[in-house]
Amino acid sequence: MIGIAAAVDVAALKDTTLLNMGIFGIFVAVTMVIVLRASRNNKTAADYYAAGRSFTGSQNGTAIAGDYLSAASFLGITGAIAINGYDGFMYSIGFLVAWLVALLLVAELLRNTGKFTMADVLSFRLKQRPVRIAAAISTLAVCFFYLLAQMAGAGSLISLLLGISDWGGQALVIIVVGALMIMYVLIGGMKGTTWVQIIKAILLIAGAAVMTIWVLAIYGFNLSSLLGAAVETANNPAVLNPGLQYGKTETSKIDFMSLGLALVLGTAALPHVLMRFYTVPTAKEARKSVVWSIWLIGLFYLFTLVLGYGAAALVGAETIKGAPGGVNSAAPLLAFYLGGPLLLGFISAVAFATILAVVAGLTITAAASFAHDIYASVISKGKADADTEVKVARRTVVVIGVLAILGGILANGQNVAFLVALAFAVAASANLPTIVYSLFWRKFTTQGAVWSMYGGLGSAIILIIFSPVVSGGATSMIKDANFALFPLSNPGIVSIPLAFFLGWLGTTLDKNREDTAKQAEMEVRSLTGVGAEKAVDH
Amino acid sequence: MGNDAHTPDAAASVDFEQVQSTEQFKELRKRHRSFVFPMAVAFLLWYFAYVLLADYAVEFMSTKVWGNINVGLILGLLQFVSTFAITGWYVSYSNRRLDPIAKEIRDEIEGHEFDKHGNRVSGVNK
Repeated sequence: MIGIAAAVDVAALKDTTLLNMGIFGIFVAVTMVIVLRASRNNKTAADYYAAGRSFTGSQNGTAIAGDYLSAASFLGITGAIAINGYDGFMYSIGFLVAWLVALLLVAELLRNTGKFTMADVLSFRLKQRPVRIAAAISTLAVCFFYLLAQMAGAGSLISLLLGISDWGGQALVIIVVGALMIMYVLIGGMKGTTWVQIIKAILLIAGAAVMTIWVLAIYGFNLSSLLGAAVETANNPAVLNPGLQYGKTETSKIDFMSLGLALVLGTAALPHVLMRFYTVPTAKEARKSVVWSIWLIGLFYLFTLVLGYGAAALVGAETIKGAPGGVNSAAPLLAFYLGGPLLLGFISAVAFATILAVVAGLTITAAASFAHDIYASVISKGKADADTEVKVARRTVVVIGVLAILGGILANGQNVAFLVALAFAVAASANLPTIVYSLFWRKFTTQGAVWSMYGGLGSAIILIIFSPVVSGGATSMIKDANFALFPLSNPGIVSIPLAFFLGWLGTTLDKNREDTAKQAEMEVRSLTGVGAEKAVDH
Repeated sequence: MGNDAHTPDAAASVDFEQVQSTEQFKELRKRHRSFVFPMAVAFLLWYFAYVLLADYAVEFMSTKVWGNINVGLILGLLQFVSTFAITGWYVSYSNRRLDPIAKEIRDEIEGHEFDKHGNRVSGVNK
């Protein structure tokens, strides 16, 4: 079986560069035309941020799937399963189960109470300024971590396609990719971005389906033989069992739990996913979109299991690790093994489109949050008109894009799914407690919200900075220094409970009581959708 | 901004505390919470049980059931099944038990039944 693994000649990939770039160029051109057409009607702030609330549940559901199935899901999970076996599958499960939190507790209630951003909901019945600022800062932080992961993924992918393995070349690739993505958002706004998400989600799921069936066909549609082949290539029966990556020490076992916690609680607190619920006209459509996306996402994650073990069996972990782009190159290498340069070109273009679309979604969320929550509501105290607000949003896009490019260069080479899990941990710590408390706990106060958000955000980020991810290890961002005082690579297990606790403590110690009329209004609006549903009911 | 969630609407002068204290609204809230809370606890427990098994019961999870398919893989796939099942269950519950009553309350509010200024105009929209 080792002989088959050698069939993937990484060096030969360079000969296909022209073809790849051709397929890729066509994709960029087509999506650009769509974005331009979609953006013609971007007039108001509701158009720019929430696509005029004109999407149906199934369209939005597909777009959510597009937003969610990022490079982390496709490149990251496939790579994680190919190399670490069963432990990589954990990502698929956590990323999917997490949607139940969004479906049951957050999506519809949020759609009914908000306008454009997460902060609209969080500050609904609390004091506007402090809560809005805190929510906007945590939105920016989560988007930054998520963007970092996507940029690192883009770097891996293009390096593999172009055979660039030196650091400077990869950095240049990330810069070019980042610049291209900024353009999309500047031109398209939410409507353009949503259409790119929809197209990309369809292409990605279709591409993954083709590869899955192909891999299964090689093994006579017998999952057991596929797993057997993966064991044989890896020469290690443990790839089918949990613990290959996380079972080594007691610390790594706790790290696995921390990852599990962050994954399942992060989704419902991701600002760019939450913002998607505003692009539909009613709560019922919001529910439909979540259901639609749960099916699409679940299906896709079943594919990743086959793709991951397929890459392990057919390409082999050693070849994957040795390729430019490392662990993130498992899916493209599998495509090359199966369908040669043409399938590789297609899959890479899709993967690249994935990154592009997700980056666009994240950037627009971050920009909306800054322009709407900090600039319009706090700096100009509600006096800014919608035009200025959109202008500020566009400028923010550029700033965030540049920051993400710089971060992406630093994070280059890390597993994308792992990096995204950090964003999940930050989101679950900073946002989820306040979202849940303000929707379901009548007595929750401003002080509780502020303590929980800053406490969760601060502890998550500080723990990441002092974790082995940033320094002290062979795969750290800064290899030459060691200030890894915190042993876990995912902070969730500490920072998420801490944030829930701080929300409770801040509320209990708060002498001020919140406006009961506002609480009543939020509760009635969130459950009945009054006011938010008008356009459709009558 | 034509279709904002909070444009001045029929809800503008509504006494929400009055709505909140109606039996009808309390019933809606009870129906919503009595479904989503137990369900959220249940799936989180099931998920964490799975994570803990994968973490600390490696031998059990590695038990082969047929061919190369082991307990861990089956439990993992069951997480997918339970997620799909809960999704379907929630949708059917909302359609049957939540949406009708939410719409009733919404219609009453928009028919000015809870106007702060006391001009109760019941029967509109019915």
